Amino acid sequence: MDAPMDDTPAPAYVIRGDTGDWEVVIGLEVHAQVVSQAKLFSGASATFGGAPNSHVSLVDAAMPGMLPVINRVCVEQAVRTGLGLRAHINHRSVFARKNYFYADLPQGYQISQYELPVVGEGTVILDMPDGSSRAVGIERLHMEQDAGKSMHDQHPTKSFIDLNRAGVALMEIVSKPDMRSPEEAGAYLRKLRSILRYLGTCDGNMEEGSMRADVNVSVRPVGSTELRTRCEVKNVNSVRFVMQAIEVEAARHVEIWEAGREVTQETRLFDPGRGETRSMRGKEEAHDYRYFPDPDLLPLEFDDAFVEGIRATLPELPDDKKARFIQDFGLTPYDASVLVVDRREADFFEAVAQGSDGRRRDGKTAANWVISTLFGTLNKRGLGIDESPVSAENLGKLIDLIADDTISGRIAKDVYEIMVETGEAPDRIVEERGLKQVTDTGAIEAAIDAVMAANPDKVEQVRGGKEKLLGWFVGQVMKQTQGKANPGMVNELLRKKMGLLDA
Amino acid sequence: MTKLTDLTIAEARAALEAGDTTAVALTEAHLAAVDAHEDLNAIITKTGERALEMARASDDRRKAGRRKAGRTRGALDGIPLAIKDLFCTEGVRTTAGSNILAPFVPPYESTVSANLWDAGAVMLGKANMDEFAMGSSNETSAFGGAVNPWTRAGDPETRLVPGGSSGGSAAAVAARLALGATGTDTGGSIRQPASFCGIVGLKPTYGRCSRWGIVAFASSLDQAGPMTRTVTDAALMLGAMAGHDPKDSTSAPVPVPDFAATVEQGIAGLTVGIPREYRPEEGLSPEIDAMWTRGMEMLRDAGARIVDISLPHTKVALATYYIIAPAEASSNLARYDGVRYGLRVVDEGDSLHDMYRKTRAAGFGTEVKRRILIGTYALSAGYYDAYYLKAQKVRSLIARDFRAAFDDGVDVILTPTTPSAAFPLGQEVTDPVTMYLNDVFTVPTSLAGLPGLSVPVALTGEGLPQGLQLIGRPFDEDTVLRAGRALEKAAAFTAKPTLLEG
Repeated sequence: MDAPMDDTPAPAYVIRGDTGDWEVVIGLEVHAQVVSQAKLFSGASATFGGAPNSHVSLVDAAMPGMLPVINRVCVEQAVRTGLGLRAHINHRSVFARKNYFYADLPQGYQISQYELPVVGEGTVILDMPDGSSRAVGIERLHMEQDAGKSMHDQHPTKSFIDLNRAGVALMEIVSKPDMRSPEEAGAYLRKLRSILRYLGTCDGNMEEGSMRADVNVSVRPVGSTELRTRCEVKNVNSVRFVMQAIEVEAARHVEIWEAGREVTQETRLFDPGRGETRSMRGKEEAHDYRYFPDPDLLPLEFDDAFVEGIRATLPELPDDKKARFIQDFGLTPYDASVLVVDRREADFFEAVAQGSDGRRRDGKTAANWVISTLFGTLNKRGLGIDESPVSAENLGKLIDLIADDTISGRIAKDVYEIMVETGEAPDRIVEERGLKQVTDTGAIEAAIDAVMAANPDKVEQVRGGKEKLLGWFVGQVMKQTQGKANPGMVNELLRKKMGLLDA
Repeated sequence: MTKLTDLTIAEARAALEAGDTTAVALTEAHLAAVDAHEDLNAIITKTGERALEMARASDDRRKAGRRKAGRTRGALDGIPLAIKDLFCTEGVRTTAGSNILAPFVPPYESTVSANLWDAGAVMLGKANMDEFAMGSSNETSAFGGAVNPWTRAGDPETRLVPGGSSGGSAAAVAARLALGATGTDTGGSIRQPASFCGIVGLKPTYGRCSRWGIVAFASSLDQAGPMTRTVTDAALMLGAMAGHDPKDSTSAPVPVPDFAATVEQGIAGLTVGIPREYRPEEGLSPEIDAMWTRGMEMLRDAGARIVDISLPHTKVALATYYIIAPAEASSNLARYDGVRYGLRVVDEGDSLHDMYRKTRAAGFGTEVKRRILIGTYALSAGYYDAYYLKAQKVRSLIARDFRAAFDDGVDVILTPTTPSAAFPLGQEVTDPVTMYLNDVFTVPTSLAGLPGLSVPVALTGEGLPQGLQLIGRPFDEDTVLRAGRALEKAAAFTAKPTLLEG
């Protein structure tokens, strides 16, 4: 089931130059660290952290005569990701060596995939903040080894090398140049991260470097279909920085073109502190990686059964979940897309909306409580959904208490706050603190009478046509009943007593 | 009784079994021979203490009536061997014949050598070799080349090369310093020195022996194999060395037959192909041509049918090999950068690139540098298609040539091993192309991944040994060995190296 898609282009991101309007063309290469116990070609641990050089096998250190052996789990994770990106899976792919010298690259080459990647073309659907959707093409996904880490700040004259990361499996996910604004690039990264996390193939932690992006940026006059020279901004490590890097890089390009000069193809680095990109190496210094098929490894081949076996274990992915939430719970596309970003949050919402007794609650109400109220609480307290002080069951019960008029919406807010503090069930809170809504006509009438008797002048004004004052009366009555009176009944009875009904 | 160092592996096994000798006695005799022939420079690291330890353990086992538990059930128990210095040996310096690895002591054991120790074999030491197995004369070794124990008739002074790259292994086995030795063959590195030194050398099918723990030269071609004085010994040794290894993705998951059990079965009815392209236009030396013809006759007399075949792409094999092997080498040797192990040359204030430059300049010899340059060039942007890619295509055509011959019913192919016999030290080292031509008859087999066996057949007019090569189907070493045994029997090559007689 595909999410509904809006074919109209997203609101254009236009750079207004002196010579006219420009649009930006963006493609992203995302390096996602594969979730696996062991590295891509060795049995050493692939987990983050650990003392320097404590997760290094003879293969990782490129000792003489050591040979790579492919880790089946990493292949499964790559195929799984390919399926999650609705991509073509290549039953035969080839590992190639990318040759270059660096101190943290022990073999003197990175084993990667070049001409024949394991995953071909696919699609990622972006959920834009206005609720619309956009499709971004995936060019390919290939597997490769990560390099080690050079530390230049540990010693005055020496660099230290940590090979813990060397050989860890990465997926390089290459998009087509389909994005036209920093917002789309941000939405792409967030959506990709969401999909990877649903699949359990990458933890998506950009701070820890388990997801990094190279951003390809070029600009062209609005209306043009040419592709101008692009620059690659390397290794940007947050969604925000990716968006900023695009903004400043695109502006730089426009300035160059408008000055009558040419953008030169090069690799650049983004400096978030200065808010600028700087040249890292130009085309003439570009490495000649001398790719060739790695003779230590056979071509990677698997059959349909292998792929189908993995497909059978795929979870419901964000797009399908979103469509289902819209369909089954009547949510807006926007609310649905917010709720499905994180699988556990989506599950939480579903537990609230569905009810453990199978009774379905109003979806929109449940979504409002989860998105506006609960997410707000979690944000403020810096908590994840797993640490929520309010359980899905209790939030569901709270919604029930409003729905059956046990409490008013106003009291519900108070009950919710108590739930956040104590973690107690709402029915118990209402019971113990006597917060049940007053629906006894007599009690409400008595309160109204008392308020009217104390404010005869205001009663006159209402009767004289100043109906706006009625709200003030409602407030007074609610105050009198500690907010427990059913506001609808208060309103109705007040009107009756003021003679505004059937008058 | 025969001198212990003159025994074949099969004879030594029998003598040990019969209690006529001990592993310690065998080992001591060979260690003494190694010491006595230091001038051959065949063994560059002696492991005498370890050898005696292993020999004593073997004798203890035998006394206790125990057998090694491994797959080969102690097939080589107590047999002293030399190990080419390309095989990583745990705790024993492993140099690959290079300065860049001169200080390197691996903390691990190559699969092939580990298999041999599992079979009970005894390690005498590490054999000299051309640097990183690149060379056909042993002269590129950073430790000085090994010397051929043979000299030309009437010219006892001129020292000859043992061939390469497994020249130290060949010299050691020919000179009775070891009962057998491991070699590796990328384009002829087992077969050419075997022919030069008058011994048997077998390059098995690519994938038959694990490459794990063997310093890599050209990964798609490198293959370990036995170097022995008889075909039967080669069969025995291969049985112990071979086997599927999950640590080498290119190692073939095929069973290892008992090669020694079938080696005497004869070749009645076998079809032997004679490729006409191995008689190049420039002409084969009449002497070698005659020896080849004699080989055909011997096989025919043993019951084989001789047929002419064509392997049309033979003439481009050498050029193809000298693209593919250096290309892979240029990448395989990138790890020798001075960062983690081996030689490091760096001065105060040097950058990383200074360190790379100085380390590799000092660590690699001329031939290795030449091949790194050739290989780097062949893989460079703009040249890849014209060189590496084209070479790969030609390589598959060469393999197809062989396949077609075998599909036509040919069981083995007979060719000369080398275009000439051993040459004097220093004669060819200055001209790389002449040196490369040594491999002209061996590289096609390597490119096709097929088993190739060199068997000494006769002495040339100069009194130097010369071998013939038998090439077989993939993983059909037993037929190759059977044919080799038939050739060996008929040739009755019994001459001993001239330097041993002095």
